[in-house]
Amino acid sequence: MSVTASPEFATSLLYLDGVTVSFDGFKALNALSFVVDRGELRSIIGPNGAGKTTMMDVVTGKTRPDDGQVIFDGKVDLTRLDEAAIANLGIGRKFQKPTVFENLTVFANLELARKTVRRIIPTLFARLDGGARDEIDAMIRRIGLAGRERVPAGALSHGQKQWLEIGMLLIQDAQLLLLDEPVAGMTDRETEATADLVRSLAGEHTVVVVEHDMEFVRSLAARVTVLHEGSVLADGSIDFVQNHQGVIDVYLGR
Amino acid sequence: MGPLLDRRGWIGFLGTGLVLIVGIPLLNMLADDSPLHLADYLVPLFGKYACYALLALSLDLVWGYAGILSLGHGAFFALGGYAMGMYLMRQIGTRGVYQNPILPDFMVFLNWKELPWYWYGFDHFAFAALMIVLVPGVLAFAFGWLAFRSRVTGVYLSIITQALTYALWLAFFRNDMGFGGNNGMTDFKDLLGIPLQTAAMRRGLYVVSVLALGLGFLVCRYIVASKLGRLLLAVRDAQSRVRFLGYSVAHAQVFVFTISAMLAGIAGALYVPQVGIINPSEFSPGNSIEVAIWVAVGGRGTLVGAVIGAVVINAAKTYLTGSVPEAWLYVLGGLFVLVTLVFPRGIVGFVDQVRSLRRPRAAEKLADEKVAP
Amino acid sequence: MIERLRLSLFALLSLLLSVQIGFAAGGQTRLATLVQQLGADDFDQKIAAVGELAALGDPRVVKLLQALENGDLYVTKDKKVVLARQDGDNFATSDPISGAKIGTATSDDIDQIIVNNRVREVIDAVLGTLNLFSPSRDDRLAAALDLVKHPSPASVPALQKALAAEQDAEIKQDLTLALAGARLNSPDKKMQLAAIAELAGSTDPAIFSILSALHDSGNLDPDVRRADESALAAIAQRLQLVRIGMTLFEGLSLGSILLLAAIGLSITFGVMGVINMAHGEMIMLGAYSTYVVQQLFVGYLPASWLEAYLVVSLPVAFVVTGLLGIALERSVIRFLYTRPLETLLATWGVSLILQQLVRTIFGSPNKAVDNPSYMTGGFELIGGAFITWNRLVILVFCFLVLGVLALVLKRTSFGLHMRAVTQNRDMAATMGIPTARIDALTFGLGSGIAGIAGVALSQIGNVSPNLGTLYIVDSFMVVVFGGVGSLFGTLAGAMSLGIVNKLLEPVSGAVLGKVVVLIAIILFIQRRPRGLFALRGRAAEN
Repeated sequence: MSVTASPEFATSLLYLDGVTVSFDGFKALNALSFVVDRGELRSIIGPNGAGKTTMMDVVTGKTRPDDGQVIFDGKVDLTRLDEAAIANLGIGRKFQKPTVFENLTVFANLELARKTVRRIIPTLFARLDGGARDEIDAMIRRIGLAGRERVPAGALSHGQKQWLEIGMLLIQDAQLLLLDEPVAGMTDRETEATADLVRSLAGEHTVVVVEHDMEFVRSLAARVTVLHEGSVLADGSIDFVQNHQGVIDVYLGR
Repeated sequence: MGPLLDRRGWIGFLGTGLVLIVGIPLLNMLADDSPLHLADYLVPLFGKYACYALLALSLDLVWGYAGILSLGHGAFFALGGYAMGMYLMRQIGTRGVYQNPILPDFMVFLNWKELPWYWYGFDHFAFAALMIVLVPGVLAFAFGWLAFRSRVTGVYLSIITQALTYALWLAFFRNDMGFGGNNGMTDFKDLLGIPLQTAAMRRGLYVVSVLALGLGFLVCRYIVASKLGRLLLAVRDAQSRVRFLGYSVAHAQVFVFTISAMLAGIAGALYVPQVGIINPSEFSPGNSIEVAIWVAVGGRGTLVGAVIGAVVINAAKTYLTGSVPEAWLYVLGGLFVLVTLVFPRGIVGFVDQVRSLRRPRAAEKLADEKVAP
Repeated sequence: MIERLRLSLFALLSLLLSVQIGFAAGGQTRLATLVQQLGADDFDQKIAAVGELAALGDPRVVKLLQALENGDLYVTKDKKVVLARQDGDNFATSDPISGAKIGTATSDDIDQIIVNNRVREVIDAVLGTLNLFSPSRDDRLAAALDLVKHPSPASVPALQKALAAEQDAEIKQDLTLALAGARLNSPDKKMQLAAIAELAGSTDPAIFSILSALHDSGNLDPDVRRADESALAAIAQRLQLVRIGMTLFEGLSLGSILLLAAIGLSITFGVMGVINMAHGEMIMLGAYSTYVVQQLFVGYLPASWLEAYLVVSLPVAFVVTGLLGIALERSVIRFLYTRPLETLLATWGVSLILQQLVRTIFGSPNKAVDNPSYMTGGFELIGGAFITWNRLVILVFCFLVLGVLALVLKRTSFGLHMRAVTQNRDMAATMGIPTARIDALTFGLGSGIAGIAGVALSQIGNVSPNLGTLYIVDSFMVVVFGGVGSLFGTLAGAMSLGIVNKLLEPVSGAVLGKVVVLIAIILFIQRRPRGLFALRGRAAEN
């Protein structure tokens, strides 16, 4: 996969160029282009139907774009890979609706997510060594689920499921984390704790957060990209975009 | 990570195995007038149940754990059976009606001059034994690879596995397929040089069937207790999440589907010498669906339940079709409805529930290994 | 030899034409003169006499000529022609025309009139044409058929005359063929070419075989052969088109049956995402409803009303199976909406129970449902293409059902609600659509249509308890192939499966054809897991 050289590749981890997706004539993404740098924390906001979730679908391989390039780590065109291959490159995704394996224990959820050989036969004969066990235990403590490792994930509260899912992304050792509404349905305290967690990830990981909750976005103190009708409407600090006339028009309705 | 079986599990497994493998043949060998004597006809009947149980086990592996309700396992069973039937046919040799040393009777009857190429090698037991697992395995692999790669799941998958079964059913009725057409294959004489009609052979086949069931159980148990087993549950419950973790859902499904089809093939192969016939009716789509109800009645996603369900329902079938034949289909139909509506977790699930009511701590343990949704 | 025969026949034919004009004038005497002429020594004279006799159109001539052929005509010493039958050592003689007894004679007194093969041929040809004017339809038909088999130019004028007079369509058809054959066998090249040119426009397999028989007869004039070959090619092409058309019709007919069987399934699957394995049994019950209605008509209503039973069966079957469907939905299926795989098993159980129930009530053997007169027989379209009424009616009926259903879906509020639930159940529920009621009614509608399909199926096959199982897999294939929840998809799926099946049948046989189609669908699903005309959009992706 050779990609035309561009100076932006050197520092960017994710590079979208002219990505277009249409469903039966409706353009969910319209020549969307933006760049996320290595180690950056980025917030993405936009009204319903702006294309936020579709953008994540494209990056993670769930949806193939009609046009455009998605370059990861300056070398790989993601539009040619399937979900599993993309995940194995180091891209993790948290869904809008928390998706954990409800019939498996918290421990087993993390065991499956932990970065290791994903092929079938090695999985059949896999044995957890002490180091791996410690790693999982540490993650359970980090996401605040200590003492609940033997509980089926389905029995967790909504917020705990969100954290478990984030924990699964972390133990997956993803370079790029895509978080779709990570604080939806959380209490204020949980939201605060999540913001702390997400901020602590930046630097080590590159994090892209899609969120509606403006308080949360503000607390992340990250660069904000506003999507509207499948393209970037504005891009900058939270204060900049909140005073951007276009953004105000879109959110308040013209 | 999970142990193959816990201590109580091993005791139960080995105990049951001992009773079945040693006890039943011993009772059969008692003198005819002994009150404890087990009638000769019961030995192959029990052997048949063991084969059905292995078939049910194979379906439980894919349905209970990976969420793939295959309506084609009867076909894999029949393919294994046909492979065995072909070996047994070639063993007849000149003892057939037409006394042709090479060609089975039905080919002579159809005026065939040569053995078709796909019959080559079936005079060797080792080759036949290989085909018993290979034919269902390769079909399941090819079919599964096509279906799962395209993400055909749920009821769609059930329907196309049924279509596959239906197609095979129609095809095997044809005389020019070279598998005996409507009549199938029968009049077998001996297996590995030992006549099939002796009491010792019947006991031997029974013991081998029970051993195969036991080994099949351990293989399934190993898979579901492994990390792959947990992956399969994850695939069953949230397929796309598994993909975003970097696993190939299709590979996992193809793997388990193929293993399962091989087990079904072995069950079919052991079934044929005990009932003495294999014909296209084994491919009937209804047969495959019936296996699902054995599993459902026993409790799917438990392995043990599949075995219990297969034995209980087939024993009931033997009894009812003998005494009140008209009632059997009502009972079977009623079971389908009743189990899905009222006892979705089957006998094993029901027993677990009762137990957990008595001992609250068991509930926690159950939740730990919880498999059924 | 043949050539000579042909020439003599042709001469005879010309004679016939000329004689016919003068016939009416001197009937009786002419007859007697000609009878005398039969006694001539020269065969050519005999032949001429035979020809003239035939042209008289006198009914007595038939017997006379038969007597001649059988060697019963003799010539006395005084050169009189008599009919003589051996009686002991002697012969009893009688008048060949009136049959009046003359006396007895010894073998020395009379000489048998010899007939050679040439004469015999002419007698046969002439006798054949004579029967064309017989008052008995059977005689005329037999004569016409005989002439088709043995074309002879001698019969052309008689055939033309008979064709003009004939009223019966079937005989007319055979006369036309016979005439064609007769003219083709003419020794006159011009006449042959004219006949070929005329026949080249036909689309009749029988004409084709006459022309190809001419082609095979050898010894043909090159021009005639060329004309014959191009005529054969033209007819073959048209017959091929007819065959394709017929295969298409058979395919559409099979498709219409599949469509009727699958359409209800498509609705329930589309709206509820539920596999109803008992759908086939709804079809079966529809067929049994037809049987019961028929028996009621036979038992309780005047015989003249019987024809109407089929029309009455339609609403009866619809209501019976529709209500059963609603009952099934309310009692079983609604508890299983979140578990589609288990719905499949439960409905399979229901199907076993329904089958056994029907077996208990009606017995296992097939039941006969008679076709009313308007569903019996058929008509020949062209070139041997025969269309039966029952298949044609079912084809039209299936489109009628589809049309009504489309109207219900598009124009009624029930249809609107149904479509809403199909596309987004949760959203429909939040908007106040009573989804539970819609589910029950949809299931009733789907089952009711299955019942109607059963009425149609009772007209083309046996009614038996396992009628439904014969159609269930095919119905599923139609739905899966066409795409769920789309009437148009079901239509396209059913028709294409029907046609492909019929196209494959002559190539691979019916069973193998079906196997090939099943495998093709299994492969097709890999490419388009959601069928030809799947619903798309975000809601459809989950």
